[in-house]
Amino acid sequence: MGKTLFDKVWDAHVVKSLEGGIDVLYIDRHLIHEVTSPQAFAELENRGLELFRKDQIVATPDHNVPTKDQHLPIQEALSKHQVDTLLANCEKHDVTLYGLGHPFQGIVHVIGPELGITLPGRTMVCGDSHTSTHGAFGAIAFGIGTSQVAQVMATQCLMQSRPKTMRITIDGELNKGVYAKDIILYIISKLTAAGGTGYFVEYAGSAIRSLSMEARMTVCNMSIEMGARGGMIAPDETTFEYIKGREFAPKGDDWDKAVDYWKTLYSDEGASFDKEYNFPAEDIEPMITYGTNPGMGIKITANIPEKLGEGGQDSFQKSLKYMGFDAGESLLGKPIDYVFIGSCTNSRIEDLRIVADYVKGKKKADNVNAMIVPGSKQVEKQAIAEGLDKILAEAGFELREPGCSACLGMNEDKVPAGAYCVSTSNRNFEGRQGPGARTLLASPLVAAVTAIEGKIVNISEHLN
Amino acid sequence: MEKFNKVVSTAVPMPIEDIDTDQIIPARFLKATNRDGFGDNLFRDWRYVKGDEPKKDFVLNDSTYSGEILVAGRNFGCGSSREHAAWSLYDYGFKVVVSSFFADIFKGNALNNGLLPVQVSEEFLQELLATVKANPSTEITVDLPSQTISFDGKSDSFEVNSYKKECLLNGYDDIDYLVSIKNEIEAYEASSTVI
Repeated sequence: MGKTLFDKVWDAHVVKSLEGGIDVLYIDRHLIHEVTSPQAFAELENRGLELFRKDQIVATPDHNVPTKDQHLPIQEALSKHQVDTLLANCEKHDVTLYGLGHPFQGIVHVIGPELGITLPGRTMVCGDSHTSTHGAFGAIAFGIGTSQVAQVMATQCLMQSRPKTMRITIDGELNKGVYAKDIILYIISKLTAAGGTGYFVEYAGSAIRSLSMEARMTVCNMSIEMGARGGMIAPDETTFEYIKGREFAPKGDDWDKAVDYWKTLYSDEGASFDKEYNFPAEDIEPMITYGTNPGMGIKITANIPEKLGEGGQDSFQKSLKYMGFDAGESLLGKPIDYVFIGSCTNSRIEDLRIVADYVKGKKKADNVNAMIVPGSKQVEKQAIAEGLDKILAEAGFELREPGCSACLGMNEDKVPAGAYCVSTSNRNFEGRQGPGARTLLASPLVAAVTAIEGKIVNISEHLN
Repeated sequence: MEKFNKVVSTAVPMPIEDIDTDQIIPARFLKATNRDGFGDNLFRDWRYVKGDEPKKDFVLNDSTYSGEILVAGRNFGCGSSREHAAWSLYDYGFKVVVSSFFADIFKGNALNNGLLPVQVSEEFLQELLATVKANPSTEITVDLPSQTISFDGKSDSFEVNSYKKECLLNGYDDIDYLVSIKNEIEAYEASSTVI
């Protein structure tokens, strides 16, 4: 019987297997940031342990940084202390750090791939659940807690029970105006917010293959929103083309050797999965969420369901009450107060291009506050080189500096209580973008159209 | 990590599904660089209005219910990987969370901090919630060695990985074990063919 892509990568990283189904799994690369690492450094120091492989760690501040005036000292005292603590820890332990102002700084899940740190066949972890993003390259990548951050720092290993495998195949051609974000919101709406728990997902099929690397990252990024530990896509020519020439990508003979190895990373014919789903690409339309978990998504032209398919009606009602919506109603015509374009899900150059392309020569609606936060300094630089900053500014969008920003509202970038925000981020939980904030998740295109129209519309009527 | 063997306690019922870690501890309270005091902000935005005025109808503000066991709806702990969620529950005084389904990362984080996730059937969960609501003084016994949860003569068993069980019973962490096999990790590195 053949092996799955997941099996191949996992098996290549098992240091030893213990009784009770736990594997000691070797971790090739560890990304750290200011929020989930300080207690791990402290843990190591308390135990008198050193970093085991400091050269396999890369650090950057992203969650808790301002997205304005990054050249100035951070104003908020606690945030400043947290970012300073990361700097001090990295200096003390000699860990590579891309701090504020560094040309490589950005959201961990944006900079890993763009620097060529993320490679097919690698295992990668970070104290952040959206580490699943890196699976787009055929890596096993997943989020961990701070105790595990300390374990990887001390030993480059984790003790993991092997997840079950799931394959989600999407064949066919995507409809006009449908992007990677719509694909993943569609999948989660079908599987629910818990449907992937216990599984590692492989995304396959012609519609997935047709996606760019950045789009594949968007799909894998939100695997955690259906509870899956991670998602991955077999590497192909699109992957190799993206990696080639990047800062830390293999070069020369090493490159050829690497590509030969990467070409072996796919699910064999006949490999079996614990669960399989198939969806036709033609069924996917521009999506939006109406509730307070990412599984509560609908086609933008559809009505909110009358009730949830199974159980949980109290939670469904609680969710609608929080959002100020009624069961069964349409979202079309609902006025929107904020549009946020950013986060590790949708802040890459292709996302910014989609927005700029649509808003060029248009003006945002007066009732909308439109914020656009690039995923990294490199994305920001590229956007400026292409003149996207000017197009966005003329349309009334504020292009800010890189960070996680209003995706989780740790810094000043928050949505006020009661306000509606169409957001390209990944979570619509209660208060996620600020206490009382109401989040509707959507693609960059839907966000752009919403900003111009000032309300939710059927975007298909607005495309050429 | 503190040892865990058995907890006998009343419980706090929270019959809400899909409780994500942003509710357990909102992001704006993650700015601390140590592990202390997170219990003060546990369920912050469900617990308080206008900053620090307790919300009367929230269960943690209802003196009818107390105890070391939190009983919550299915898919508890979904969302962000923040271990601060486990720290805040533990710091507040919970030793056990009972649900019919846990999100993976939360479950791992809880086990790494001596907070026991007890997964029971949906039927048992509903029965437990109803019993606690009807009689808040109901005592619930969670016994790790026998992997059972019982109240009022009713009982259910729960799964816990055998290695993790040993860790909890003895107060060991993964890190202790991993450090002890460094030679094997180095041997793996020398033989690995991954690029």
